[in-house]
Amino acid sequence: MSEPRAMPLVPLLGVAALAAVPFAGLGNYHLHLLINILIWGFIYTAWSIMGRFGMVSLGHGAFLGVGAYVVTLLWNTAGLTPWIGIPIALVLAMILALVIGYPCFRFRIVGHYFALVTLALGEVVRLTIVALRDRTGGSLGMTVEGVAGGTSLLALQFGERGTFFYVALAAWLFGLWVWRIVDRSMLRYALEAASEDEDASASIGVNVTRAKLAITMLSAAMTALGGALYAQYQLYINPETVSGIGISLQIVFAVIAGGMYVQLGPTVGAVITLLLAETLRVTVGHDVHGLDGTIYGLLLVLFIIYMPQGISGYAVATWKRRRTGPPQAPTPRAVAAR
Amino acid sequence: MMLTVTDLTRRFGGFTAVSRVSFNLEQGEILGLIGPNGSGKSTTFNMIAGMLRPSEGSIRFQGEEIGGLKPVEICHRGIGRTFQIPRPFRRLSILENVVTAAYFGQREDIPRARAFALAEEALALVGLPTDPAAEVASLGAAGLKKLELARALATQPKLLLADESLGGLDETEMDQAAEMLGRIRRDKGITIIWVEHIMGVLMRVVDRVIVLDHGEKISEGLPREVAADPRVIEIYLGTERIAFGEDGVA
Repeated sequence: MSEPRAMPLVPLLGVAALAAVPFAGLGNYHLHLLINILIWGFIYTAWSIMGRFGMVSLGHGAFLGVGAYVVTLLWNTAGLTPWIGIPIALVLAMILALVIGYPCFRFRIVGHYFALVTLALGEVVRLTIVALRDRTGGSLGMTVEGVAGGTSLLALQFGERGTFFYVALAAWLFGLWVWRIVDRSMLRYALEAASEDEDASASIGVNVTRAKLAITMLSAAMTALGGALYAQYQLYINPETVSGIGISLQIVFAVIAGGMYVQLGPTVGAVITLLLAETLRVTVGHDVHGLDGTIYGLLLVLFIIYMPQGISGYAVATWKRRRTGPPQAPTPRAVAAR
Repeated sequence: MMLTVTDLTRRFGGFTAVSRVSFNLEQGEILGLIGPNGSGKSTTFNMIAGMLRPSEGSIRFQGEEIGGLKPVEICHRGIGRTFQIPRPFRRLSILENVVTAAYFGQREDIPRARAFALAEEALALVGLPTDPAAEVASLGAAGLKKLELARALATQPKLLLADESLGGLDETEMDQAAEMLGRIRRDKGITIIWVEHIMGVLMRVVDRVIVLDHGEKISEGLPREVAADPRVIEIYLGTERIAFGEDGVA
């Protein structure tokens, strides 16, 4: 599913405008929101890179957790710079993806069953973090040890929000770039085919297991990078926010709402979820427990029924209809229907 | 000898679907494999295509044993297949369906541009549009059969396994499809095994016919000889009431 061809000028102007944001005199709060949107937009993009091929993972928190905790533990206990810690975390995340992915793909665990396996994976990582409480601080979480003065390139810590904004922007652009590479690769053809019919794909020579492993390991590594960046930005992590079911499901919700079949869809999802969470926090506060979860759930149902391609997918389809008239491609089914 | 099948047997629990079937296939031949429903022809087909592992017996393709290999490996060795009920990838365009086959279908990596060229060639051969925007949804039953064929051909097979490629077509379409298989053999030199339960059209195109019944080979020979074989007549006219051409539907 390719993007409608926009003028190359438009994305360039968009990036230039974004790059100028820290100078626009935004307050810390708004800058903070933007950084979060970029980091989560990157993570959601990482999820969608495999999710768009019907490989619905309910356990990406596992990779997020590996990214955040491995980098932080190496820094706090061994003083190892994130510049080395991050590659280590990415390799570990890819190994984890391989260990869980290979048997799934080899024995054709797909659809709901694949979702269940990954759901378990996310929880296993969360419980492991909690169990290793002597080192990780358990459920209380852990603080990334700060450097004197708050800013150090070696520690990948920036006291200035404006500086970290550029780190997040770079990560987000990197995510979109990877999406584009995958979208234009022959791997996409193989995965689109495999997501529909594994037997028919194999009969024309597509090595389904290898194709799925490749995209899963890529997605895992990117997600782990997102987890590490989140840790470097917040300087505090806990098992609930970077692993387990809660965050894993939040990823899926955001991506369904935003749309996983369009390059910018996951970012739209990040904008929606963060604005929703912030609005609820400001208007209702913390008095009504579980309200945000209830609203997420309700919206999710509405999206799956009325807008299975998400907001961005709906927008693109509408735009195409306006331009070319009535004929309409069959819509990809909702993830949940697979 | 392109393909040598010896004592091929497949059991499902206590049921023997295919029992000690043997046959040979010469380079450039079109072999018809016929038999009523449940005669074991699809099982035989699927064992050659790698979808089923033989219980016993051997399948040698170009001198090498291929029995029990996976479908991907079978494809890479040069055996293409179609499915009885077309299984197109609906989220890819017609051209992309065939490009995927051309790109991944051979063991060697080929450049993308080459895959596109091969795909366009295969589409032209079966008479489908090479327009990149043409959608699978625009195809009818005959078009989907052609797409199956184009996809299999794009993998550059030496042997093509065509599974009941004419079910669901009207008579004109059947004739066209039969003519197409003949042309594929003539122009590309591809050896073909054509599995059918309709005998009529098939008899005009194939060089040789094998008839299966209850998992056993009961007749083999030229179409004319087989059609005159009392045992074949018995199966087709006596018990199963599957027609010989004119009143044609299974």
